[in-house]
Amino acid sequence: MKRAVLLALSTLLIVTAGIAFAEYPDRPITYIISFNPGGESDITARLQEPFLEEILGVAVNVNHKPGGGGAVAWSEFQRTAKPDGYTVIGTNIPHIIGQPMLRKDSGYETDGFDLIMWFHFTPNALIVRADSPFKTLKDFIEYAKAHPKVVTVGGSGTYSANHLETLRLEREAGIKLTYIPHTGTGPLAPAILGGHLTSLMNYSMLPAQLGDKVRVLAVASEERVEALPDAPTFKEQGYDIVGGAFRGVAAPKGTPKEIIAKLADAFTKTNKKIAEKQLPLGFVMTYATGDDAKALVDKMRRNYSDVIVDIIKEREKK
Amino acid sequence: MELFWEVATQLMEPFVFLLILGGVTAGLFVGAMPGLTASMALAVLLPFTFKLPPLHGLVALGAVYMGAIYGGSFAAILVNTPGTPSSIATAFEGYPMAKDGRALEAIGLATVSSAIGGLAGVFFLLVLSPPLARLSLQFGSAEYFWVAMLGLTLIASLSPGSTLKGFLGGSIGMILAAVGVAPIGGENRFTFGMPVLQGGVEMIVALIGFFVIPELFNMAAHGRAALAEVTLESRKRGTFLGAIRTVFSMPGNLVRSCIIGEIVAIIPGAGGSIANLVAYNEAKRASKHPERFGKGAVEGLVASESSNNVTVAGSMVPLLTLGIPGAPPDAVILGVMLMHGLRPGLDLFTVSGSLTYGFIISMGLAALYMIPVGLLGGRLIYRVIVKTPHYLLVPSIALVTILGTYALRNSLSDVVIMLLLGTSGFLLKELGVDSAPIVLGLILGSIAEMGFVQTLLRGTALEHPWMMLFQNRLSQIIIVLMVLSFASPYLSSGVRRLKKPLDKPPEEASE
Repeated sequence: MKRAVLLALSTLLIVTAGIAFAEYPDRPITYIISFNPGGESDITARLQEPFLEEILGVAVNVNHKPGGGGAVAWSEFQRTAKPDGYTVIGTNIPHIIGQPMLRKDSGYETDGFDLIMWFHFTPNALIVRADSPFKTLKDFIEYAKAHPKVVTVGGSGTYSANHLETLRLEREAGIKLTYIPHTGTGPLAPAILGGHLTSLMNYSMLPAQLGDKVRVLAVASEERVEALPDAPTFKEQGYDIVGGAFRGVAAPKGTPKEIIAKLADAFTKTNKKIAEKQLPLGFVMTYATGDDAKALVDKMRRNYSDVIVDIIKEREKK
Repeated sequence: MELFWEVATQLMEPFVFLLILGGVTAGLFVGAMPGLTASMALAVLLPFTFKLPPLHGLVALGAVYMGAIYGGSFAAILVNTPGTPSSIATAFEGYPMAKDGRALEAIGLATVSSAIGGLAGVFFLLVLSPPLARLSLQFGSAEYFWVAMLGLTLIASLSPGSTLKGFLGGSIGMILAAVGVAPIGGENRFTFGMPVLQGGVEMIVALIGFFVIPELFNMAAHGRAALAEVTLESRKRGTFLGAIRTVFSMPGNLVRSCIIGEIVAIIPGAGGSIANLVAYNEAKRASKHPERFGKGAVEGLVASESSNNVTVAGSMVPLLTLGIPGAPPDAVILGVMLMHGLRPGLDLFTVSGSLTYGFIISMGLAALYMIPVGLLGGRLIYRVIVKTPHYLLVPSIALVTILGTYALRNSLSDVVIMLLLGTSGFLLKELGVDSAPIVLGLILGSIAEMGFVQTLLRGTALEHPWMMLFQNRLSQIIIVLMVLSFASPYLSSGVRRLKKPLDKPPEEASE
């Protein structure tokens, strides 16, 4: 019995020593997704999984921990995940910017991650039904000017990318709209196709999926989106509105630089491989790693800060 | 015709046969475990389907989905805990039957009803997709609100003891639904400073807590095995032919339940979890012997199990035609289709017709394969549960339950929530507040809230925003249905009292 214990202990020692000296990575990596299976974050992770495994040489396990628009997973991650490179988590802009500013008890901080990479961008798009009288963004804005609050805009979530973009459009164009939040992208398609809403502010994937049943009045990207060649940008039409959801991956704060670099490299290579599947769906691939990744968060924070400050002021009035 | 042969040859492949068989079997066992749901099974399967050709991937997913919704009935019948939310009403009748030694009969009926429901869903999807898709678009936020209200009227008939206690349970459920991030407004509610509560009370977590835990307490307290030995008569009625005879002796019930299942299925966001309760309620209302419900009425079991399997293929009407997931597991299927470059819409039925029709028909095959797999698997599960002494059965179920709850969102706090709710559920049951209305309140609470607030927002520009709730024709129809549904228990008991003035006072519910 004693010998067995000794043997077990010494094996354990050797193994731990091995772990300490072996080159990263030498055991499975957990990749946490803070949204439901079947969503964009999940599908992307599933597409990445085989390529990551091939490049890193270890298993990559995708886990889901949905809830609170991602906040449940992010707060637990910042509290408990070890900065050893074996746990990473999917992150989203503007969620990680908006939630900590606007919610009590969100439980995490925007800058509490070591960002690995932002791998794609789904710009917001202003969408109407194909038979809508609004042919252009100009029609839409003129009507909204003459009829404050009459035009309804559906989107996914409150203080989400969709919501904040609608508020920015109101400011830029000097109009008043009525934003109506929905839970996720799923309920938006029937709401617009059934004529229950005038318009949608949602991501570029939805019009790519619905095809000629809807018309895109404007896309909030720098350049036109590959999957929607006929949809003009806000910029082309004179409004400086660029925004949407960025998806990426982050490690716990304090993870060694070499490990972050290695992961960033693996995700970059993977992103190039899955681009051909994602581009036709309305995604815009991005390759922001290292300082660029941090700069992107800062830039988007500045972009949205005006509307967020407005929201906070309005709340205090109440 | 060419298309027909193309589809047929694809499905004749031995590999496809194995995929469907394996999918149904796997789905059945997943569904039978409380805490493991159809959505979860599909999510686990997802990475494998990327490696298969599109048709094979979809066939596997469809088969697992079909099997899981059916598998939920096993736990409902044998342990009184719905394996998935789609089998809540199955437990109302299935478990009392099992206690009377009619377990095999109940399983046989559930199997045949599920298969018929599955086939009916495929029929609706093949034949009536375009008009059904148009109908599904009629549902806007106001209609959602009224549908939820209509659903809440079920409470009156789901709480046999006291309607008032039923509504108390429903209110508790609706308050639980309010925990977490407000769906509209985005504020945190009832989180008490704990970030983890932002995720709210997940419906499945509550379902497990309220149904499994009180039952485990009961089994432990009474120190008995869950079920009586099966009687010879039940064995006879539980055979395939016996079950078919019983199920087809109630064609009205079957047709009604299938239509209810289909209508609920095409309402985006509502699936088997609501369909089974509505169909059960209607079966009870239409029955000549509503007093037998809750004590092992076969009509209730058939209604619940046929309607929930209709929703499997049925909810794909809005999915395949418009890209709108009709039920939560459909979101996973939509993801797979998009990743394979299949865009929902007309093209799916023309350009990639052989694939789409192959997928649809494979779900019909899955429904048929459920019969042998279910009858054999059902006997196996039954034997295991009956032969296991309660001092082993109770802890094993508890273990599966806890693992299942954890696996749902990889969250230990969900386990704590589940145990807390379960314990309070047990105490509430002792006070006469049943679990079903609480869970119903939880399911419908957030639908009602979303619908109500969204509708008022849509009416912002009107002088009276709430007028928006009554504007549409469909809203008005649902309101009439709601009033009828609410009033009918009182009306029918009034009529009966008139007919038979010396009726016995209603008995206390046995459980």
